[in-house]
Amino acid sequence: MTLLEIDRLSVAFPTRRQTFVAVNEASLMVEPGMIHGLVGESGAGKSTIGAAVMGLLEPPGRITGGVIRFQGEEISGRDEQAMRALRGARISMIFQDPLTSLNPLLTVEQQLVETIRMHLKLSEADAQKRAVELIDRVGIPQPELRVKQYPHQFSGGMRQRVVIALALCSEPEVIIADEPTTALDVSIQAQILDLIKELARERQVGVILITHDMGVIADTTDRVTVMYRGEVVESGTTEDVLGRPSHDYTKSLIAAVPRPSLKLRRFPLISYGDRAATAGIAELSTMWPDMKGDQDAPLLEVRDVSKLFIQKRAWRPSKREYLRAVDDVSFDIRKGEVFGLVGESGSGKSTVARTIATLYHANAGSILFDGVDVTALKSDRALESYRRQIQMIFQDPYSSLNPRMRVLDIVAEPMRHHKIETDPGRIRDQVEDLLERVGLGASAAIKFPHEFSGGQRQRISIARALATRPRFLICDEPTSALDVSIQAQILNILKDLQDHLHLTMLFISHDLPVVRQMCDRVGVMRHGKLVELAETNALFENPQHPYTRELLGLMPKLEGLSTEGLEIEAA
Amino acid sequence: MTDITPEQTQPAKPARPRGRLTRWWDSDVAWSFRHSPVAIVATFVVAVMSLAALLAPWIAPYHPFDPATLNLLDGFTPPMQENQFTGNVFWLGTDDQGRDIFSAILYGSRISLFVGISAVLFAMTLGVTLGLIAGYVGGWIDTLIMRVADVQLSFPSILIALLVFGIARGFIPPAYRADMAIWVLIVSIGLSDWVQYARTVRGATLVERSKDYVQAARLIGVPSGLIMLRHVLPNVLGPVLVIATIGLALAIITEATLSFLGVGVPPTQPSLGTLIRIGQGFLFSGEWWIILFPSIALLALALAVNLLGDWMRDALNPKLR
Repeated sequence: MTLLEIDRLSVAFPTRRQTFVAVNEASLMVEPGMIHGLVGESGAGKSTIGAAVMGLLEPPGRITGGVIRFQGEEISGRDEQAMRALRGARISMIFQDPLTSLNPLLTVEQQLVETIRMHLKLSEADAQKRAVELIDRVGIPQPELRVKQYPHQFSGGMRQRVVIALALCSEPEVIIADEPTTALDVSIQAQILDLIKELARERQVGVILITHDMGVIADTTDRVTVMYRGEVVESGTTEDVLGRPSHDYTKSLIAAVPRPSLKLRRFPLISYGDRAATAGIAELSTMWPDMKGDQDAPLLEVRDVSKLFIQKRAWRPSKREYLRAVDDVSFDIRKGEVFGLVGESGSGKSTVARTIATLYHANAGSILFDGVDVTALKSDRALESYRRQIQMIFQDPYSSLNPRMRVLDIVAEPMRHHKIETDPGRIRDQVEDLLERVGLGASAAIKFPHEFSGGQRQRISIARALATRPRFLICDEPTSALDVSIQAQILNILKDLQDHLHLTMLFISHDLPVVRQMCDRVGVMRHGKLVELAETNALFENPQHPYTRELLGLMPKLEGLSTEGLEIEAA
Repeated sequence: MTDITPEQTQPAKPARPRGRLTRWWDSDVAWSFRHSPVAIVATFVVAVMSLAALLAPWIAPYHPFDPATLNLLDGFTPPMQENQFTGNVFWLGTDDQGRDIFSAILYGSRISLFVGISAVLFAMTLGVTLGLIAGYVGGWIDTLIMRVADVQLSFPSILIALLVFGIARGFIPPAYRADMAIWVLIVSIGLSDWVQYARTVRGATLVERSKDYVQAARLIGVPSGLIMLRHVLPNVLGPVLVIATIGLALAIITEATLSFLGVGVPPTQPSLGTLIRIGQGFLFSGEWWIILFPSIALLALALAVNLLGDWMRDALNPKLR
């Protein structure tokens, strides 16, 4: 019998202006022991389905059509009290952020015991024994010791294991996991997904796995449902949907996923929907200083750079404690090259970028740009020429643009500051031209940042970075906050910048497949140290350092994905 | 619902040309205003009282600040009754000097509002500047500014105002005291009230400073002062506006309190507080109108401004929407 059946479910959010239909006649079925993936980009309505099943739709959202059946019984029309008996007991949920899903004031044991006793009617002692068993089951070492601890004493991955243990307390039949690994590093993501897979098999639990990540879907799920703007566009076994997609949206979505094993010339343009905006970077090349010629000479040399952050303040220098965020890192970036830095969160890769960008001062070592030691330049005036030649694109498109400034002023600020252009009319012409080139259109100039989506904001960021006609661009996780189809567009623009303007780039990312697409050489960082540095293909085919091998092993393989319509450069 | 992007809640409509005014009328804040009776009434009261105060010389039937026009025989006339000696009728009665209470309230709220608004502007400028510097620069400058603020917070603000007022008067020659009184009042109220602006702005600045758009400006090479002015300041002003509105009510009351205590504006130019002090002497001898009407005016003004500030705090806070 089908465990959970969602039949033509519609959910709407009436707002002041109009009713927003978040889910439109979506159907899916979950069988015991099976992991059902629900994939789509932000705004597709996948989380709304999860919330609707749990009876946790936030007002004013409500179910406007269709039914949800749990073991054949309709649950969608039930009142709050009846839902409470079901929620947490027979259907549980795992949320994205493991920190906010746990009560920081209670020990793990207290939280588990409370939940177990509420659902299973066990005695205190039995419940405690069971709590230890569960903590052991989700793979936390020394369970007897760890249950007595508070959530803040666990790392992110361990906390998510605790959340999973909490979801298992009541022996549920269905678990809804909403982006359970999005906040975690790759190495931990793989472990958590394995755990979910094991538990589904072992306990015959039906799992709905909500995610935006094709890699997670490919590696974990049995069946998959693809959603686009509230509607189910395709559903079937994971192998079929990913290998032989039939719907145009699925095809374009799969084509936009960066592959670890193939290097593409460009990402195929997403032709579905109305979001594709073409960029014309090539036309900019006439305005740019010619940067070809002696390609092998290094543009940027990072020599034994260290950066310390104070962790414990003290009057006496000997009592102070420091965190070595960057520890003796050295590398060169050649002219016209794209140099990648990869590593997990906390590995120091962003600190390296910000030190190069003069946002931090290095505690030791030197940074040479075109032969000039920029760490020796102390005054703003001395740094002026260096700053004109470097620019940076930030990770979070929502915080990197001043919300109170018009796009015109945002993009014009570097031009005005560096006096590249002083006449207001010509500044405006140039800003409009830049916006046109990054695919936004000249009319964007008079708008404010909040009128744009994440991908469009990142284009504004790129336009601002290009305003001073820099030679060197630092990209700090430029696409990790974006949906995969938008990511493909932004990466294409960055590829154009390399091809037509021959910009030298430092490209920082935790996403290895993206790095493979973008970079000529890659450095791998761990705990502030550079552990390996090699040509991209050599690194991916023949990693030397054990940590690099480990990272590559955790990368989703994505071998079953369709390769329709891809321009492959190298296998 | 994190999954709904703005792009989806507002489906692509052809952009129709709209004026600034209609866009503002359509905004969430304007909508919340239209649907809040309290805010509408409060705005109405504030608008009427401000207009009346502003136009006092033209709409007031008498001129209470000009001793030459006063007739002592008019003194203690009850509201809406004929005076037994002169036969004059006053809407709200007269005080012991024969001043028309209605005119005195108009002129008095003029002084109260002027002192209140100026004091708030002074406190705001001082507090925002110090808070911005403390939050953005950090280090020992931050420590110094915030310690001074902490020390000041441990005194009641009326005490600070009294202290500043007393010291300032000591430095002014007696001949100028009456003329300077109102400015001394503004400075002393302002100095007693800057701390909350500084604290709020410092907190907001700490948040904004760590955002990437500030880093982007630093990377371009924009000097710190310009970053504070052009980038940080516009983004921290929202909460300041709310505090300023609520602070206005507080400043008006502080002014009234000081005047009531006899350290505010001179009795020849009575503000609402001075009128209440005058009326207080006749409260138990039957001349109730001298204290009642100025008190109602003060209460209405302070309450309306406060309610407006309250509404603004809710309307501008996206978490409560």
